[in-house]
Amino acid sequence: MATASTEIKVTPEIAAEHGLSAAEYARVLEILGRAPNITELGIFSVMWSEHCSYKSSKVHLKRLPVRGKLVVQGPGENAGVVDIGDGLVAAFKIESHNHPSYVEPLQGAATGVGGILRDIFTMGARPIAVLDSLRFGPITAGPGVSEEDAARNRRILDGVIRGIGHYGNCFGVPTVGGEVAFEPCYTPNPLVNALALGIAKKDEIFLAKARGTGNPVIYVGAKTGRDGIHGASLLASAEFTEESQQKRPNVQVGDPFMEKLLLEACIEAMRTGAVVAIQDMGAAGLTCSTCEMASRGETGIEIDLARVPQRETGMTPYEIMLSESQERMLLVAEKGRESEVLAVFSKWGLDASIVGEVTAGGLLRVKDHGKLVAEIPAHPLAEEGPVYKRPLAAPAPRNETSADWFQFAAAGANLTENFKKLLASPAIASKRWITEQYDTSVRTNTLAGPGASDAAVVRIKGTPRALALSTDSNSRWCQLNPKLGAMHAVAEAARNVAASGARPIAATNCLNFGSPEKPEVMWQFSESIDGLGEACSALGTPITGGNVSFYNETLGKSIYPTPTIGILGVIDDAANVLKIAFREPGDAIILLDGLSTKPAVRNDESVLRREFSSSEYSKTISSIVAGDPPAIDLAAEKRLQDCLVALANARTLHSAHDIGDGGLAVTLAECCFVSVVARLAVPVLGANITLNAANTPAESLLFGERGARAIVSAPATSVAAILDTARQYGVAATAIGTVTRDASFRVAVNGQPALDSGVDSLRDPWANGLVRAMKIQ
Amino acid sequence: MKFGVVVFPGSNCDHDAFYAISSVLNQPVEFIWHQSENLAGCDAVILPGGFSYGDYLRTGAIARFSPVMKSVEKFANAGGLVLGICNGFQILCEAGLLPGALIRNSGLRFICRPVHFRVAQTDTPFTCAAQKGQIIQAPIAHSDGCYTCDPATLAGLESNRQVIFRYTTPDGTNDAAGNPNGAMNNIAGICNRARNVAGLMPHPERAVEAALDSADGLVIFRSLVETLLGAAKATA
Repeated sequence: MATASTEIKVTPEIAAEHGLSAAEYARVLEILGRAPNITELGIFSVMWSEHCSYKSSKVHLKRLPVRGKLVVQGPGENAGVVDIGDGLVAAFKIESHNHPSYVEPLQGAATGVGGILRDIFTMGARPIAVLDSLRFGPITAGPGVSEEDAARNRRILDGVIRGIGHYGNCFGVPTVGGEVAFEPCYTPNPLVNALALGIAKKDEIFLAKARGTGNPVIYVGAKTGRDGIHGASLLASAEFTEESQQKRPNVQVGDPFMEKLLLEACIEAMRTGAVVAIQDMGAAGLTCSTCEMASRGETGIEIDLARVPQRETGMTPYEIMLSESQERMLLVAEKGRESEVLAVFSKWGLDASIVGEVTAGGLLRVKDHGKLVAEIPAHPLAEEGPVYKRPLAAPAPRNETSADWFQFAAAGANLTENFKKLLASPAIASKRWITEQYDTSVRTNTLAGPGASDAAVVRIKGTPRALALSTDSNSRWCQLNPKLGAMHAVAEAARNVAASGARPIAATNCLNFGSPEKPEVMWQFSESIDGLGEACSALGTPITGGNVSFYNETLGKSIYPTPTIGILGVIDDAANVLKIAFREPGDAIILLDGLSTKPAVRNDESVLRREFSSSEYSKTISSIVAGDPPAIDLAAEKRLQDCLVALANARTLHSAHDIGDGGLAVTLAECCFVSVVARLAVPVLGANITLNAANTPAESLLFGERGARAIVSAPATSVAAILDTARQYGVAATAIGTVTRDASFRVAVNGQPALDSGVDSLRDPWANGLVRAMKIQ
Repeated sequence: MKFGVVVFPGSNCDHDAFYAISSVLNQPVEFIWHQSENLAGCDAVILPGGFSYGDYLRTGAIARFSPVMKSVEKFANAGGLVLGICNGFQILCEAGLLPGALIRNSGLRFICRPVHFRVAQTDTPFTCAAQKGQIIQAPIAHSDGCYTCDPATLAGLESNRQVIFRYTTPDGTNDAAGNPNGAMNNIAGICNRARNVAGLMPHPERAVEAALDSADGLVIFRSLVETLLGAAKATA
């Protein structure tokens, strides 16, 4: 085996600097039967990094439900694929791009979107929607938040949304939804999780399996440069960069125009029938795409780096193999038909170069100008990396007493001012300032864009169907109780999808956690997996893919555990989409509650205080974050969701909105506010509500965030039918008021007025809260 | 009658224009690749929205040099119907087929939201099916939509009644309040002096079905169809 003469001799110390432990390095020696050269070491280190190998999470991920009758492709490919009927499938996946978005918010977020879009069209699916789940530190100064931190958080938020818009808008995919939340733990470590959805014909899905000895391996897209070599997947190592001109910034720079060309060219090339397999070059670039395609195809791949299009001269094999330059793809074509594939890329003005071929024998062989520079068995490299069962440790109990919990206001208090404060908080306020910077309507499929429905809804042209998507995670709840918090994330996402009229069918997840080397973090992770698994099983939404992002911590402090869940649903008749907005004065407002069979704990004041201390209201109004998230009843969630879908299909409803952050009062108010936004010419609608629950404090009724509930509105003549349907599904339905024309918002609790205001004066803090917090005129 | 939708590298509303014409209006339409030397016998040509050539250098600045633009220019000069939407409008200005330029929005951010604009003139092939003063709701989605030109050009546009679409509020009472990007004289769209070439920033092709919140944009495409049908009748 020849080694390049310029290379450094690999020692256990250099291996350690590459992040390989002594045991891992011993395993490398065992696989190769010799010491690796520096290029090979680089390849191992990147493939066996946490990011690429899932070495700390693998043992836990096995517990997730991944099978279902609609699942066509589960975890392990570029994206999950589910059957959506009419011979079509949906490919979807969520991924993180957290660290880059902190270092360089605009490009970090942009390349995050670019990466997930490539994962989708690599499968042969044209991307039709993007959603983003974002977490930032607080954007207003307050207790424990300096103005300096708040200003930096605002800059990061601004950069991230510009990056998402920059990439998605130019690429031509609508950014239709997502969520944004704020907690101090994200100040030094914001989260950017991007979800993409694509559509393909079921029999035209492409997989990344290199098959057919002698088939040419083709590199397409952007040229390879020195960017991202020491990116997310590899620890920086000074020894190897002293000789190179200088260290490039570790964040890659995205070119959405190039990606758009790549999309069109790849889809066109796939239609020629001459493409056997395809994989994008994301993390670990050429290394990952070659060895994973070979491993999945049970073949080998041999490439010559001299044929790789390069942006700069003098790049070493190490640099070329580890570069994370964006907008690149590797594909395998049918031998003899490569000219058809090359012609398509030439038409789109893209570089395409035959860099090697599929071989028998299972080896990844890398040459440079004919000289062998790396030779590694592909399967052990890609699939037999280290797997750790890291220690878990539950944190010490918090030992809270009732003194730590939220103290409810006395009966009869007027809560209108608190309500306005809650509506103005960036977490609750309208996100329109953000979503207007995204193209939400390109491709003319958007039936419900940001804020119109609980889920984003896009139709599928040529069929009567539409797809609904929602992303959710309540990290405050996960911090207090990771398992329960994760279950709520699934329930909320599925409930959102059902409240748009769609049947939830599958899930994708993005697991953002601190260092896996900390037993408390691994405990959070393990608990969250249990919660996700239990909830996804109960709600019939198998997990089809996603990613794990560890090491989200700064100066030894971890972020809140943040398992973000994305749920996909199908609406059989796109005309049945449910939206949030109240539509007609005089309509009845009905509270649907799936929890009706378990009322036992509700009237105990200490239980209510404990649960309420975890709410958005408690955090905003009294700065208390404590207690436990509300208990969850997954069967009740399922009943409510089934009931919502049945009501949507029966077309009985005028609106539906699930009760989530901020509780019943925020939900009702949003139904009024959105009626103005969606139909500019319509007079503002109001609501007149009466709630009765003896011994329950008004704040708990109005702002409590217990799940399995939704608000629907319908003509008075439909109420009997709705109550009847609810009964069939075991859901409690209570008519609590009416939609009014007088533009006032009145809620009486146990006979006493608790909220009383004009809709406009409530709408103002909600509509402008975010812009004011951002200090933008 | 046949419509053509030009596809530049980076066009991303090409499919939407194609869909509106083929599936909503049921009219023949085909894509024209930007390297094409001719317009495939099309009777009306649409330059769609998107980010042609990544909007590098300046919006529309590179696309105007695409081979197909020579044919578009010839077609336009011979009286052919050309409609530029969003990026297409920017390209037409760069190509000199329409006066003025589209510069960065006054708020310096990309904006996507439904806007309202008034049909200010109905004696054009793009507006003949509309009522004068009719208000259209359609989305905008752009960073560079602020229409700008020198005072003499602006005066000429007004006196020749070339401003065919003007931003306004939903009820049509306050044009300035409906202007999303700082465009001069609240200009949303203009035509050339010969009235056969037009451009607008809002996306009528995204407002062709009630399910998309508005079908108001159809009237622009219907105007083109009526014009072409009329022309066909006249020559028959």
